Amino acid sequence: MLKKLVMDGIDWIDARIPMTDTWNKHLAQYPTPVNFNFWYFFGSLAMLVLVNQILTGIWLTMHYNPSAEGAFASIEYIMRDVPYGWLLRYMHSTGASAFFVVIYLHMFRGLIYGSYQKPRELIWIFGMLIFLVLMAEAFMGYLLPWGQMSFWGAQVIISLFGAIPVIGDDLTLWIRGDYVISGATLNRFFALHVVALPLALVALVFLHIVALHEVGSNNPDGVEIKQKKGTASEEAKGKFTFHQQYSGKKDIIDAVPFHPYFTVKDIMGVSAFLICFAAVIFFIPEGGGFFLEPPNFEAANGLKTPDHIAPVWYYTPYYAILRAIPDKLIGVVFFGGSIAILFLLPWLDRCKVKSIRYRSWKHKLNITQFTICFIVLGVLGALPATPLYTIIAQVASVGYFGFFIALFVYSKNEKTKPLPTRLTH
Amino acid sequence: MKKLLIALVAFLPSFVFAAGAAVHLDKANYDLTDKVSLQNGAKLFMNYCAACHSTAHQRYQRVATDLGIPDQLMKDNLIFTDSKIGDLMKNSMDKKDAAKWFGNAPLDLTLEARLRGPDWIYTYLRSFYKDDSRPFGVNNRVFKDVGMPHVLEELQGIPTAEIEYVVDADGVEHANVIALHSSETGEMSSDEYDRAVLDLVNFLVYSGEPNKLERQNLGFWVIGFLIILFILSYLLKKEYWRDIH
Repeated sequence: MLKKLVMDGIDWIDARIPMTDTWNKHLAQYPTPVNFNFWYFFGSLAMLVLVNQILTGIWLTMHYNPSAEGAFASIEYIMRDVPYGWLLRYMHSTGASAFFVVIYLHMFRGLIYGSYQKPRELIWIFGMLIFLVLMAEAFMGYLLPWGQMSFWGAQVIISLFGAIPVIGDDLTLWIRGDYVISGATLNRFFALHVVALPLALVALVFLHIVALHEVGSNNPDGVEIKQKKGTASEEAKGKFTFHQQYSGKKDIIDAVPFHPYFTVKDIMGVSAFLICFAAVIFFIPEGGGFFLEPPNFEAANGLKTPDHIAPVWYYTPYYAILRAIPDKLIGVVFFGGSIAILFLLPWLDRCKVKSIRYRSWKHKLNITQFTICFIVLGVLGALPATPLYTIIAQVASVGYFGFFIALFVYSKNEKTKPLPTRLTH
Repeated sequence: MKKLLIALVAFLPSFVFAAGAAVHLDKANYDLTDKVSLQNGAKLFMNYCAACHSTAHQRYQRVATDLGIPDQLMKDNLIFTDSKIGDLMKNSMDKKDAAKWFGNAPLDLTLEARLRGPDWIYTYLRSFYKDDSRPFGVNNRVFKDVGMPHVLEELQGIPTAEIEYVVDADGVEHANVIALHSSETGEMSSDEYDRAVLDLVNFLVYSGEPNKLERQNLGFWVIGFLIILFILSYLLKKEYWRDIH
């Protein structure tokens, strides 16, 4: 009786909106490569953190006061007088750092398995746009507590736009809405942080996934799971039924439906992630001064510059590149270029083989040196600049950009290993 | 687990802020579970600090509740303004006047322990020494030429400094304080004074984050739950994937 009622209800909805079909197309009958490994947890984790940020953000907004006079005190009000306000605040502040941890690992996965290559260029582009919006979102969010580091960090970054010839000064004035960082800046950053950029993020995440499901996921072997219709054996095709959209035109091999196989696997990943996430929230919410910086426990004061202004850890690699170059304008160009060049990755890599597993020693070496340079730049960006550190940062910057140049050169005629015909697992 | 976390907490900040620490800081072994110490810290704070420094983000009543002080006792002995028990712990000093008197208006200290760290406060309050060239007759080893007088003088006395004069490469002479010697004029012995300062630091650490103990206690439950969830989700995943592998 109840079952019939539910089925009738579903039929009623399906006659009006394609609910069951969408469920099947994107979850229950969506073909997912069977050999996904550790690196494939971070996409779903990024979604989880996004939801965490949106939900905790909504509740923080209920008590936060976006004004230069009241912002700092309202954070402490949340921390003390709002029941479990401290938990919401730490979930949000830790979530910001967790977002970047997860996204950097997600991007690294794309890098090593060539997930940006044809036909997945748009997935990469949408992903990079998400990364860009996320950086803006985090930057504006960091001003909101109105602490010393909020104020002076924003001061340093906004002043970078002043290096642009001709329009620089007008542009910084337009961004700040005032001649200095002020309540006007705080209010517009608040509006952008809680309304405009989250909307953009959610829209881009939707497009990222639409693009992904159109061409299908890459995998650690970088071998396609879709073959020409009628060429795959029954054994390779396996026992699963996939949605007509995927199996109609192609034979699908070595795949399992996303649901339930990867939903249960991702729940396991989520549980493991939450253990780490909770460990930070409950035991080291300041993240050793990296997630919440000590100078930010003092209210913003435009007349008192902190001894050492450092951006939050997730910006430090690019900040180190900026500082490594003595000329401000050229520094800003390379600072922007360090992000912009990532957009071009699908076209800079001209190799037909995707996964690092089957690529040349040159590529393995190049990715290794790039990773080391990125981490070194990240560490240096958080430290005060000394002559020695500046030289190291310059070397690491050459390594960072050198990665892309070298990739473009050797990938054209790269000596790769033979690809397997089936996924290895 | 807890030891590992504590080690992490202790170890990480040394990367970031190693650059600024010129003076050796003594370790403040405060204990947030020690209510007697916290109560003594609150008493010292209200008697010696609160005339100039506010802790304007916290409320009298919350402090009373958390530290196990009955409301009436708090009102009678620790509220020196006409504030109500539910009020924020502000003070009545005018910021402009204060800036005139001390050079800078005294800071709000609610978050001081999170800003500078407990070790800094602990060392700072034990580092005043006699210096007649300063307006209040004292200087500080941790915070050179600080505008604040030695408010705990009646407890500690004013130590004298043993100074070593060093000429640097540019021929400029610097006075380095190499040791402080007790004047023996305070009400407390050196050990008693250290203990009192530690109580004060304990109170300021509490003020910086009154939910800290609750946070850590809740953390064990949450992580315990998540570990069980992880084990169950691992078994569920294994069950589903049995027919694939």
